[in-house]
Amino acid sequence: MNRILTASLAMALMSTSTLAMARDWVVAADDNAQENLQEALIVAEPGDVVVLQEGVFTLTDGLSLDVDGVTVRGAGPDKSVLSFAGQLGAGEGLLVTSDNVVLRDFAVEDTRGDGIKSKGADNIVYYNVRVEWTGGPKETNGAYGVYPVESENVLIDGVTVIGASDAGIYVGQSRNIIVRNSIARFNVAGIEIENSFNADVHDNIAVRNTGGVLVFDLPNLPQQGGHNVRVFDNVIAQNDTPNFAPKGNIVASVPMGVGVMIMANRDIEIFSNAFTENATSNIMIIGYKRPFDDDKYQPMVSKVRISDNAHGKAGFAPEFEGGAMLAAAFGGGVPPIMWDGVGGAEAEIASSDEVPVLSLGMARSDQPIAEAQPSLAQLDASKAAPVLPTIVMPEAMEAAIR
Amino acid sequence: MRATLSSSSPFRRTPEIRITAFRIILSFFCAALLLGAHPPLTRVNDSVIIGDALPQSLSEFGFFQDAGAKIPSENVVPYELNAPLFSDYAEKLRYAYVPQGATVAIGDNGRLLFPVGSALIKSFGYNYEGTGIKFLETRVLLHRAGGWVALPYVWNAEGSEAVLKRAGTRLPINIFKPDGTAVSFSYAVPNQNQCKGCHVLGEEIQPIGPKLRNLDDGKRIGDWQTRGWLVHDLPAFKTMPDWADIDAPVDQRARAYLDVNCGHCHNRAGPASNSGLYLTFEEDNAVALGLYKRPVAAGRGSGGFDFSIDPGHPERSIIINRMASTEPGIAMPELARALPHDEGLDLIRQWIAAMPQTGGSD
Repeated sequence: MNRILTASLAMALMSTSTLAMARDWVVAADDNAQENLQEALIVAEPGDVVVLQEGVFTLTDGLSLDVDGVTVRGAGPDKSVLSFAGQLGAGEGLLVTSDNVVLRDFAVEDTRGDGIKSKGADNIVYYNVRVEWTGGPKETNGAYGVYPVESENVLIDGVTVIGASDAGIYVGQSRNIIVRNSIARFNVAGIEIENSFNADVHDNIAVRNTGGVLVFDLPNLPQQGGHNVRVFDNVIAQNDTPNFAPKGNIVASVPMGVGVMIMANRDIEIFSNAFTENATSNIMIIGYKRPFDDDKYQPMVSKVRISDNAHGKAGFAPEFEGGAMLAAAFGGGVPPIMWDGVGGAEAEIASSDEVPVLSLGMARSDQPIAEAQPSLAQLDASKAAPVLPTIVMPEAMEAAIR
Repeated sequence: MRATLSSSSPFRRTPEIRITAFRIILSFFCAALLLGAHPPLTRVNDSVIIGDALPQSLSEFGFFQDAGAKIPSENVVPYELNAPLFSDYAEKLRYAYVPQGATVAIGDNGRLLFPVGSALIKSFGYNYEGTGIKFLETRVLLHRAGGWVALPYVWNAEGSEAVLKRAGTRLPINIFKPDGTAVSFSYAVPNQNQCKGCHVLGEEIQPIGPKLRNLDDGKRIGDWQTRGWLVHDLPAFKTMPDWADIDAPVDQRARAYLDVNCGHCHNRAGPASNSGLYLTFEEDNAVALGLYKRPVAAGRGSGGFDFSIDPGHPERSIIINRMASTEPGIAMPELARALPHDEGLDLIRQWIAAMPQTGGSD
């Protein structure tokens, strides 16, 4: 008994001393918010918390954080709002370039470029954050809502992104990633995992985007060869916003009404999702179609395992070249799962979902769609069960949001 | 580059400021009489450079003999670069300081590796009506034992003191551009993080400008050798021309321009490493340099175009779209540019227009 008491007292003392060392930098949403908030983000030391008080912070320039181990915490995603409607400079609203950072309980609105970007920021947590372009979907909105890139251990939980002209939640060139309990609406791509390894995307809602969840790999980048991505337990429905991405960007080629789109990746698992009202396709598996000059790049998709998904209405108005003809040929709509067919059996595309699969019968990823030889594909159902391990974050990251 | 004062300049002094300035000068004069005049500070305060503190005032370093930072102290050496970064037509005065007896090593790509205790000082301002440069800000890079530290100092209206502004600031500016047109804009003094935003290489803050190829004007390197800063046996390097030197080949001028204006972020270890677009002088991969390279995370910066550089077609090259824009989210560089650089744009347009159209990998 005595020993237990002593132990808990010691623990209490330890936590008190930790608290005593860490400081809170409280910033008010007043006329000096730009300078005070940026200064707090500079002077904060590891362990400190930059506290955003309730209110609308009117900002003229991008903010940046470059100190490891700092938490930025607001009073809630509808209470502490960083407004960048009057932004004069910088490519994003908030830029994080340090490790072990926690961003939670605030909103970023109307940035001219990206919302929140974290680059080379390992062990980053985005929790209960909202990024929104308040004018709705527009080509002039910023590209990405939350944008972690070149990072190891990325945890995105309870994030809402609305109106991004590229991807709402975008994780690029990173490793070990979880995107969960988040909502993406009215973006071109709801959630996008690009040129990344080892990601779990689960328990999210992706509705009314152009495409719900994209898993892409692009050439000529430092990290490529995307693989090991699991998309499960999500609601991916009614993605019916016309594509408003500026032309030239890869997502500008995403047809309206795609649930999940896999491009140039391997070892992808799509299971236990609820799909409905995706006019082009619930699940679309295609290679990279554009010309490229990169010996190391693999444009085709291989090793996809699809199982236990619920498929509502889909494929009723496919928005790609020849889509209407195909729909007519298939009796009014294309099957809810579509694959370009590249690689044939060797591509190892497996599905046990009880819906038909359309194969375009392509020999190469970059073949013109006019040369497609569409047919119903017989996919191997016995190899459709998921086998990839669960993604686990370092315990401190999970502890930070408990 | 000449900049002249327009009638609405915020720097035209009001009578009140003049009176205040007069009072300040008078009180200095009285203080000097009372205390006995101090000899002018002629030595740099080494302990401030290498110490842990962040001096609140630029004068604490002793880089200059005068309060206005126009007359450098001993061993504070002015220098210029062959191809300078565009900074909204501001004039920039650069100084290097190396502690007594210390030498500068040479790193990869002819990068100068200044020893601990060194400092680089850069003052930004405009020369209104040819009355001499009026400083807005002075940025210092200090090489401390733990690495380089970048600090921004902002000048008061009198030009008598510059104080640390770690969070940066904005200043309203009215100038005439070199072509004679008047322009008003909000000049951004970067915050301390933004300093790092450009100066980071890998994980470390590094100076950008001082490289052999950009310092070599036929004389400067010899001077620095004579000073004992540089050794006499230097590695081979390829001199970078002034991008504005119309006698140099367009390709070399354009590559020099891109190197100094873009290459500090757009390199394989820089802040834009994830873009796959690398614009340094030594880059030799055509796609990495932007030719027929598709955008990755450009967003609306793409302007609806397919390639960073579309050879033969500056009008549909993303790089031109972004250089010409002043919109945050489109404009490149992202920081410290509120105006388009007309002369730089002309050069890059000319360079792209002259490129053979191979069709890339199409």
